[in-house]
Amino acid sequence: MIWSLLVAFGVFFILTNGLPPALVYAERKLAAGIQNRVGPNRVGPYGLLQPIADAIKLLFKEDVTPRGADKFLFSIAPILSFVPAALAFAIIPFGNYAGEVRLQVADLNVGILFATAIISLGAYGIAFGGWASNSKFPLLAAVRSSAQLISYEVVMALALVAMIMTYGTVRTEVMVLAQAVPLAETGPFAYLPAWGVFQQPIAFVLFVICCFAENNRAPFDMPECEAELVGGYHTEYSSMKFALFFQGEYIAMTTMSALIVTIFLGGWHFPGMDVADHSVGMGILTILVFMAKLLGVLFFYIWVRWTLPRFRYDQVMRLCWKGCIPIALVNIAITGIIGVLYS
Amino acid sequence: MAGPATTHAPETPSQTGIGERLFLPSVVKGLLSTLRHMMFGESFTVEYPEESVYAVNKFPNDENRRFRGEHILVKDDQGREKCVACMLCSAACPAVCITIVPEEVDWEDRDRRPKVFEIDMLRCIYCGFCEEACPCDAIRLTPAFYQVSRTREEKVYDKEKLLNDDPDDPRGKYQSPIHPGK
Ligand code: SF4
Ligand code: SF4
Repeated sequence: MIWSLLVAFGVFFILTNGLPPALVYAERKLAAGIQNRVGPNRVGPYGLLQPIADAIKLLFKEDVTPRGADKFLFSIAPILSFVPAALAFAIIPFGNYAGEVRLQVADLNVGILFATAIISLGAYGIAFGGWASNSKFPLLAAVRSSAQLISYEVVMALALVAMIMTYGTVRTEVMVLAQAVPLAETGPFAYLPAWGVFQQPIAFVLFVICCFAENNRAPFDMPECEAELVGGYHTEYSSMKFALFFQGEYIAMTTMSALIVTIFLGGWHFPGMDVADHSVGMGILTILVFMAKLLGVLFFYIWVRWTLPRFRYDQVMRLCWKGCIPIALVNIAITGIIGVLYS
Repeated sequence: MAGPATTHAPETPSQTGIGERLFLPSVVKGLLSTLRHMMFGESFTVEYPEESVYAVNKFPNDENRRFRGEHILVKDDQGREKCVACMLCSAACPAVCITIVPEEVDWEDRDRRPKVFEIDMLRCIYCGFCEEACPCDAIRLTPAFYQVSRTREEKVYDKEKLLNDDPDDPRGKYQSPIHPGK
């Protein structure tokens, strides 16, 4: 029991605290590649120590609290944006069994609902941060961000409803197992695994769009659009509080990617594996498969960010309410009809 | 009063195509384009202290030669200055930094040349007007800009310095009568 906890929390810790610095480095390198630049290459070999240099710099900066700021809210806002994102990772199964150990921190029976609920809390971090700064641009950013998050959470929930109907469960572990079968008994689709992306391509696209919006990533990075809002909700933050916001963003990105992998890309499953094989070697292999998929999705995140320009705010809202929500509703209806016909 | 309105609103490009409105096809196109840059694009960065900007050959057409740096006076095929001391460049110069003292010569193709030709590089604003004004293609701006000196006097380039044709010199190597890019 203690072992399973240790392993689970070890991987959990690496994913939530080791990955963001690596992501920052990857983001800068990939951005440089896309823009025909070189990227960080001065600190350490290939600039690999750049994230550490950044962290040291942030640690030594003065921690400024603006005059007139609400000190309590100002201090807890970064924590509020950091913790929920990391917490939601708890329900992600990042591997099958390794011996007796189940490679998941918590197999909750409310599963995916817990994730959506916890992730929504992250909006408070942004809202409080903007409000407590006592400054107009962060406040505007916070207002925008709250509106955006609330809107896209609707779409996200609707996309999830379709997936829950497809899998017949909200437990993430069972969802992965439901994807570990062939898509069809016979025919050309028999070679494809029944991953969510093949069963529900529309829900997949909608969910990915929502993940981008939820993470405030380009092209939906409304809260921090530098052109209009200076730095967005964290304009007034400095030092480690800023670093916490920054880290929180990357953890939220990791968590969202993990959700995408779990719900739509088969989680730790890969075609041809034996889900009943509970050996340690197989456990490690499933972790690696999960990591590979996770990194793939994260790469996609970065790739999109450096490709697409930012939407205008009204376009963001229109895309959500007039584009995504109707499609999501129709998708649910179709899923329901197909479900009734084939049951 | 004014007659019937004859102006029409300019045609706006139609945005109603299904591909445009769905965004996704354009998004995929953009993604492929950035992927191409990521995989095959060459970096344009000049890594400055290690890489000399003069040695860099990253630009397909050697566009850095458009850079306006310090001048040279061009030599003709007999090694004499091409300049005929017409004073057009000093007249065109907005910084008034060209000093020319003409003298007579009895060459068969021309009878004037500058006795003194000085450019004060500290006053020069590197606008290139002198180059444009010159009727004889006798003065050119080169991409050279690292030129340092210890005294102000050294920065007043005299005729000898301007006629530099040392191929190893950042300015002198642009002396060749026909060189690409200019
Ligand atoms: S570049 Fe401009 S400022 Fe310099 S010498 Fe020529 S005309 Fe004068
Ligand atoms: S314009 Fe040309 S030819 Fe005339 S003085 Fe200047 S450099 Fe000589």
